[in-house]
Amino acid sequence: MSARQPLPSWALNVLMPAMNVLLALIVGGLAVAMIGENPIQAMQVLAYGAFGSGYGLGFTLHYATSLTFTGLAVAVAFHSGLFNIGGEGQAYVAGLGAIMMALWLDHTHWVFVLVGATVGAMTLGALWAAIPGYLQAKRGSHIVITTIMFNFIASALMSYMLAQVITNPGSNAETRTIAETGRIPLLSEYFEFFKHSPVNIMLFFGVVALIGVYILLWRTKLGFKIRTLGQNPEAARYAGISAVSIIVIAMAISGALAGMMAVNEAVSVQKRLVVGYVQGFGFIGIAVAFMGRAHPVGIVLAAILFGALYQGGSELAFVMPAVPSELVVVIQALVILFSGAMDEMFKPVLERVFGAFRSKPQADKAAEIEEA
Amino acid sequence: MVENQIRNTQQPSRAAEIVPAIDLKGVSKSFGPVQANKDINLTVKRNSIHGIVGENGAGKSTLMSILYGFYKADAGDIFVHGKKVQIKDSSHALDLGIGMVHQHFMLVENFTVLENIILGAEGDPLLAASKAAAREELARLAKDYGLNVDPDAIIEDLSVGQEQRVEILKALYRGADVLILDEPTGVLTPTEADQLFRILEQLRDEGKTIILITHKLREIMAITDTVSVMRRGTMVGTVATKDTSPDKLAEMMVGRHVLLKVEKTAAQPGEKVLEVDGLSVTDDIGVPRVKNVSFDVRAGEIVGIAGVAGNGQSQLLEAISGMFNPLLGEIRINGKKIKFDGDGVADEVRRMGLAHVPEDRHKMGLVTTFEEWENSMLGYDDDQKFGNGPFLSVKAAREDAIKRIEMFDIRPQNPRLKTANFSGGNQQKIVLAREMDRDLDILIVGQPTRGVDIGAIEFIHKQIIKLRDEGKAVLLVSVELDEVRSLSDRVLVMFDGEIVTELAPTASEKEFGLAMAGLDPAQQ
Repeated sequence: MSARQPLPSWALNVLMPAMNVLLALIVGGLAVAMIGENPIQAMQVLAYGAFGSGYGLGFTLHYATSLTFTGLAVAVAFHSGLFNIGGEGQAYVAGLGAIMMALWLDHTHWVFVLVGATVGAMTLGALWAAIPGYLQAKRGSHIVITTIMFNFIASALMSYMLAQVITNPGSNAETRTIAETGRIPLLSEYFEFFKHSPVNIMLFFGVVALIGVYILLWRTKLGFKIRTLGQNPEAARYAGISAVSIIVIAMAISGALAGMMAVNEAVSVQKRLVVGYVQGFGFIGIAVAFMGRAHPVGIVLAAILFGALYQGGSELAFVMPAVPSELVVVIQALVILFSGAMDEMFKPVLERVFGAFRSKPQADKAAEIEEA
Repeated sequence: MVENQIRNTQQPSRAAEIVPAIDLKGVSKSFGPVQANKDINLTVKRNSIHGIVGENGAGKSTLMSILYGFYKADAGDIFVHGKKVQIKDSSHALDLGIGMVHQHFMLVENFTVLENIILGAEGDPLLAASKAAAREELARLAKDYGLNVDPDAIIEDLSVGQEQRVEILKALYRGADVLILDEPTGVLTPTEADQLFRILEQLRDEGKTIILITHKLREIMAITDTVSVMRRGTMVGTVATKDTSPDKLAEMMVGRHVLLKVEKTAAQPGEKVLEVDGLSVTDDIGVPRVKNVSFDVRAGEIVGIAGVAGNGQSQLLEAISGMFNPLLGEIRINGKKIKFDGDGVADEVRRMGLAHVPEDRHKMGLVTTFEEWENSMLGYDDDQKFGNGPFLSVKAAREDAIKRIEMFDIRPQNPRLKTANFSGGNQQKIVLAREMDRDLDILIVGQPTRGVDIGAIEFIHKQIIKLRDEGKAVLLVSVELDEVRSLSDRVLVMFDGEIVTELAPTASEKEFGLAMAGLDPAQQ
């Protein structure tokens, strides 16, 4: 029997996720075949719908931008050792901050709306995440439980706000629409290629957020402390790192990132805030973060994949009406299942494969290096 | 079966003398690129106590894990009582009569001794019958081997020494006649260790075979009949204990001559650097761990704290280093009181001139998933030299790490390597290099050489003494009595959270033994 071999990082971070996605697509294809449709054709429609046109690509990138924000949110909290399930609620409440700033500034210029809405979204998102963070740090209330509870509170609070407080008279539980002068431009206004698609300036904010998170985690002292706490809380205590403040700060950053989604979706595209606008993107962010190994490079790839599934999936339901929209959700769920929950399924197999292919002289050489 | 008949006879026949209990031939095992065992031959005679010594990472534990069925050897043959076997798992090993007593006990804390002993060998769904049988068997074992433990006692009420007996009884109850003990004395007082040795001798005299894994040469000399030395995955040799000496064994282990004795001059104590005054510490669940402890450490001296593990040393270290808020009392460094506020003031205590080498480098001193250079600045990352403002200068940090790697001869000399991939001794050097090479007034160091090779121990001891000779204060906590005695200028003995007495390092082992058991030798 060959020994198991620790996997090289490319196998762990590229090959394994690729195999997971492939497996998900194969199983999804089987489901399509089971209802009597052609799985190859379905996958073609899905791929073409996501990437085949400027319109499709625009949607894919728009979804990917939202998922980048919610994915980074989960990743930052994860590096500090916390499992922030509350991206959904944080993005939802952040919508309130974003839209209030936007509606306040929408008679000036869209640049002010952009800046104001971003600040508003990040502030409320941060606040909504910092509360569970504080409860965890000071009171030991488990962050998974509290962030889930906060999703429900957010939902109730926002329904109330949209129905009773900042509601647009005459319409059903939504705010008024942002005035023309304050509308953040879509990329289609500059590039014909993206015609009729919602991708907008927030795409660049997504790129900035990716780079910013990388710098934060690996090039700042705060990031070092966050990672130390996440990897070994006892070592953090030994180093004199205050767990309470790092947890609250990491959660606040996490919530602020999740909140950015509000500017991308509610302010830029829907141009108003409607009930339940987040539509599960906060939750998919968890899968994005895990599939992306909580690293910005992985997250951007995972966000594009899930964005493509979203866009390609709705195209599939449209082009092949025999494929029910529930089945599209099944395919998306399979990707989440295989690359999120059953992430390491192939690991033991791959380790054996790598062990078997490893040549003997190479092993001896490595052993000599060890001894030297 | 002839085999079994031989095993069951009280008087070993001539055949038993010839057929060894355990015979390993050409056993090899590698983990990835690391070859843990290389072509190992080992013969363990029946009715003997066979010691296996070697530095950390020499492959002792791997070899025993192969014998106990935890790992499968890549190559080689295993013979048990002359019969070639393929040991599939630990229950198979037990069937073959091989039992193991682990370094960390595997007992269910809130079960009784009896329940723990039948655990995994319950027999019937209803426990009554097997309990009764076990009770009878326990009485017999107690009579035969002097292994007295109350079968109805709850494990958590027992002392560590008694828990170890339960582990031994567990193995014997399952019919083990080859007993492997992995570092059995690490958690025992000298007296308890002596009791254990007496039990082992009795087991041998009653026909059992004992394999003792240890890194304490004194124990090897005291109790074993034969000793095998391992180095870097190979078997260096097997010698009769009466024909060897600790120095010779150390040389075999390391491959060069090693200075076992620490050479140092008399201390020249100066000003008081650390003052501890009426310190009491209560742990998270409200158990008093340190009780009204007062002492001080002066510049240019090493004060040692001796004691069996778990008598409050860890909590004392945590309080002094600012990691844990004490209940009562005061700690002063250079006359300045440590102000405890918030959740941990370890960073402020560091700035007051205290460096801390923690007891457990894996749990506390290092983040093993980090690259070496990141650990090289752990706790000091706020220093100006690691970057201005909020930013971290990766370049400066790596350069600093390389400087420390060279100074402390850390190998491999690669700051980008993941810390978990360094050997135990080198990991400890990473911590020491970080803590010792800076502007400090007092070093507090816990278990400086736990899990560290003999070669590196020599180096670490020299560094600590060098620091003292430079006029720094050192507070040393170690459960290795020999280490405390050879390094310290004064020794405080801790028992049950209190400092029982202060002894000179030259005091006799008996005096230390009494003090470590909580009795003040002066009052005896």
